[in-house]
Amino acid sequence: MLARVADSIYWMSRYVERAENVARFIEVNLNLMLDLPAGSAQQWQPLVATTGDADEFAKRYRTATQHNVIQFLTFDLENVNSIRSCLRAARENARSVREIISSEMWEQLNEFYLRVNAASDGSRTDPQDLLRLIKRSGHLFTGVTDATMTHNEGWHFCQLGCMLERADKTSRILDVKYFLLLPTASDIGTTADDIQWAAVLRSASAFEMYRKSHGRIAPERVVEFLLFETEFPRAIQYCLARARASVHAISGTPAGVFRHPVERLFGELCSELAYARVEAIIAAGLHEYLDRLQTRINQIGIEISETFFAARGTPGVRKKARGRRSAAPFV
Amino acid sequence: MRFEDYQTGPFFDEMFEAGATPRAAARALVQLIEAMVDGELLRRQQSAERVLLHMGITFNVYGDSAGPERIFPFDLVPRIVAAAEWNWIERGLKQRIRALNLFIDDIYHEQSILKDGVIPAEIIGTATSFRKQCVNMNPPGGVWCHITGTDLVRDRDGQVYVLEDNMRCPSGVSYVLQNRVVMKRTFPQVFESSRIRPVDDYPSRLRDMLESLSPADIESPRVVVLTPGIHNSAYFEHSFLAQQMGVELVEGRDLVVSDGLVWMSTTKGFERVDVIYRRIDDDFLDPKAFRPDSALGVPGLMDVYRAGRVALVNAPGTGVADDKVVYAYVPRIVKYYLNEEIIIPNVPTFICAEENDRKEVLARLPELVVKAANESGGYGMLMGPSSTKEQQAVFAARIEADPRNYIAQPTLSLSRVPTMVDGVFKGRHVDLRPYILYGKEIFVLPGGLTRVALKEGSLVVNSSQGGGSKDTWVLADDLPIGEQAAPNTQAQTSVSSRGAQS
Repeated sequence: MLARVADSIYWMSRYVERAENVARFIEVNLNLMLDLPAGSAQQWQPLVATTGDADEFAKRYRTATQHNVIQFLTFDLENVNSIRSCLRAARENARSVREIISSEMWEQLNEFYLRVNAASDGSRTDPQDLLRLIKRSGHLFTGVTDATMTHNEGWHFCQLGCMLERADKTSRILDVKYFLLLPTASDIGTTADDIQWAAVLRSASAFEMYRKSHGRIAPERVVEFLLFETEFPRAIQYCLARARASVHAISGTPAGVFRHPVERLFGELCSELAYARVEAIIAAGLHEYLDRLQTRINQIGIEISETFFAARGTPGVRKKARGRRSAAPFV
Repeated sequence: MRFEDYQTGPFFDEMFEAGATPRAAARALVQLIEAMVDGELLRRQQSAERVLLHMGITFNVYGDSAGPERIFPFDLVPRIVAAAEWNWIERGLKQRIRALNLFIDDIYHEQSILKDGVIPAEIIGTATSFRKQCVNMNPPGGVWCHITGTDLVRDRDGQVYVLEDNMRCPSGVSYVLQNRVVMKRTFPQVFESSRIRPVDDYPSRLRDMLESLSPADIESPRVVVLTPGIHNSAYFEHSFLAQQMGVELVEGRDLVVSDGLVWMSTTKGFERVDVIYRRIDDDFLDPKAFRPDSALGVPGLMDVYRAGRVALVNAPGTGVADDKVVYAYVPRIVKYYLNEEIIIPNVPTFICAEENDRKEVLARLPELVVKAANESGGYGMLMGPSSTKEQQAVFAARIEADPRNYIAQPTLSLSRVPTMVDGVFKGRHVDLRPYILYGKEIFVLPGGLTRVALKEGSLVVNSSQGGGSKDTWVLADDLPIGEQAAPNTQAQTSVSSRGAQS
């Protein structure tokens, strides 16, 4: 597969997933605000901080009101990580690989983009309504991709982009809770705290699944569920395992060994997550842990781009590729 | 919808003889359309447009990358070409392509046609599309123009002419294929008797032709389509053809020259490329050989091509035959190389470089069409009858200043085909672009792109200037549709029940 095509597919999929997750951030904050005790001040600044675009926001908006923050994260085309910008980028990438992806995927993405664009005139007054639409459209795209595209090399690049992005964003959804200033320290472990953790779970579509596994809302268990649950599709451990499997499917390297830095970094990170203990993480600081985790996911992203999208060296030394070109490793 | 109020006007109508009698080849279709209940054809037209939109049959407008792509307007009423006429067209096109290919080869080698004084040497010397980089090049099999899309027009008296030879990167064949898909859904009964010659095998033939050019003697050569990228107005077609042929669609930045070969950069390293169907103009192909500022091409590509280690389709340099002044000499070119009279005539053409012609052109500007030698897509033209005095003065000055760059032709009254406009049939002018593949032998796709000027009275059919398209039906024989080999009723039932479900 062409390096440029793989690059476009990977980013198409990452951007759609990113758009969906930005909607989830906004949603968790909306839910948290609704559950604040009466009289508490609205907190929207923390949300901007979580996404890592606080400087960008400060440049163009004076105060972090609900309206400003939602505008910035949803529709602002100058913010490259706004939902609308993400979808525009996803669509441009999709257009350049239309002969590779299925037409159903293209149609779904095109419609998704057009809908969000149409909503940017402010005609939709209920943000919850729009956020639901965005999440559903994101799910549709993921489902259409799974059901209409051959699970070949291109699909694995889709999968890789989607899962890596999701792992990163789930960690940020968990982090929203950290940034949120609790009314008073004594509220920790109270009903208010429970409600907030439930809101975090809901934003990751994890509330019901968590209930089935653990029943009572307990902060350690919530963190554990979103970090380490191997069977829940938005848990970080699950996402990284799937992303790693796709890398091995692409390279043909057997599981458990590595041939290039992407496989090594994935192997290290997945092993660490598999043996980590949530109590130790919380004791040492959850926010710091998530921060390090995000840095390592970023490094993997950089290595993916170096390894797969930028063919290095000179063609002469790889002439052997010619002999193998009829081999089809992804049947 | 009925044809009873349809007026053929003072034009040649492709569907009706004067007096509103359907031509023999069109009779069955006219009956079919008239038998439809009111509004049915319009409904089918709307559903066809929806299909095109969903399939994403769109083109981009330059400089409008973020906006939604536009649909190329499509009209359901086809242009029908009788078998006998098509046979004549096919013979004429094959003759023309053979002669033009010999001409291009001669121009880049001995130039005997210039030495023999058939064409003035200064015309080639001043042709902006002549590529000195191509002198003494030998493309695989001696063929330069592998893919051609010749524009044909028919005048008021029924005579068919060649209007233009498009020997560089003719576009539009994807619309031919897609229009046919839509038409089969719309008129399954007509296609059932298989009397309309198929066009669906074009991608296979194109791929076979491309593979046959591979310089390396290997079983499955690597063929790619080279596109300028998603912002090109024909990007959809590039992507569609690559998809239909099952080959990679590449951009210049995906390719690299090393060790005297062309490679493409894949996720598993570099793989050798054997044949490039390039949809990039000569000038942008290789910044080392042509325009140094080109970011679309591949540095060093021409060296590999010259060494015979990659095939480029069409060969660089073919544009010299697209020069509109060279066009004026094609009848003489055919005579010179083949010793045959030209089968499909040229539109009578004045060559402004010749003094007598120039005088006549300047005197008759208001009634002529003036064309610049190296423009296409309807640009750089003066349509005499619809022009203002100011425009005529501008062109007169241009012709005086640079006579070599201009030709002029009488204004043709292009033939018309009934076209749905606001719920009724109106006559609209059309041209026809058949596609010709030249590999080991010459293949003419039966049909081609019928372009239609949707504006009333307009003669400009270009998609960039308000044109649309129609399907072109070439009949396999000239027995009227429906009056031969009546399909058995069982087959008919099964088709209509499928139709009902879809």
